[in-house]
Amino acid sequence: MSNRGTPRRKRVLAVSSSGGHWTELRRLAPAFRDAECIWCSVRSEMRAEVAPDRFELVPDANRWNKLRLAWSALCVAWVVLRTRPDVVVSTGAAPGYFAISLARFVGARTVWVDSIANADELSMSGQKASRIATLTLTQWPELGPPLPADPRARAKGTAYFAGGVV
Amino acid sequence: MIFVTVGSQLEFDRMTAAVAAWARARGRGDIYFQTGATKVDLAGFERSALLDAREIKRKYDEASIVVAHAGTGSIIECMSRGKPIVIVPRSARLHETRNDHQFATAKRFEKRAGVFVAWDEREIGPLLDRAAELAGGARIAPYADDALIAALRGFIAE
Repeated sequence: MSNRGTPRRKRVLAVSSSGGHWTELRRLAPAFRDAECIWCSVRSEMRAEVAPDRFELVPDANRWNKLRLAWSALCVAWVVLRTRPDVVVSTGAAPGYFAISLARFVGARTVWVDSIANADELSMSGQKASRIATLTLTQWPELGPPLPADPRARAKGTAYFAGGVV
Repeated sequence: MIFVTVGSQLEFDRMTAAVAAWARARGRGDIYFQTGATKVDLAGFERSALLDAREIKRKYDEASIVVAHAGTGSIIECMSRGKPIVIVPRSARLHETRNDHQFATAKRFEKRAGVFVAWDEREIGPLLDRAAELAGGARIAPYADDALIAALRGFIAE
């Protein structure tokens, strides 16, 4: 009981693919300040960008190449198992969806932040993720009700609005 | 310098070709193309299929104006530098992406200072002709809205 009174720092796994998804994920960094943040994405040069935070590289994949997609999912599964996060955060797309769907097996809570690119409807991966994520956020107030402050007032499967990355 | 970028995923030859045609007609050589796996003839122009993170940041820094697909990465890079950007939405009908979300993105971001939309390739040239008048907006903060950050911090701490 050496840590009584000072809760262990939460471990956050922040996952996305490259391009805009990564740009959006990085803009969330202040939210992870009190946590131990592990970043996970698809390009090796990102390691230097997030230092001194830890970085896990996974293969890139999209829906158009099933074999690579399966390989990417396996690598993401390995990262989730090894890092044992308390919380998984993703801005999309495929690697984030895999991480969120696998997180339940290590008891992690999950949040999907749908890309600001999806201004008319939730993305396809966002719609899928919303069925399994603990919390789903849209970045457009037109696409979801305001996020209730009380977690018990939140319905799973509903995309809530709490602000945008821009 | 005009920086032309299709993003990190797919080529966007409709945009690339339109900018190249405009540049040739105007005798402009100060253009850098990041094209993906393009089939467009770009002889005489500086170009690359893909740039690594550091190179791409340098191109954004050096450019006086950017022409890009309507991807959030490109838009945010320009807004955070207060740099004007012309965005061209990819069309699902033309198999440039899987759905028309870039039209929705463009419609929303068109309201932001420094973001100009070419709804199709024919509108790119006329916009570039008046590039000197297209001013960037104020630099945006490097991080997301405070409310979004607070919501995520709260969620993590729960």
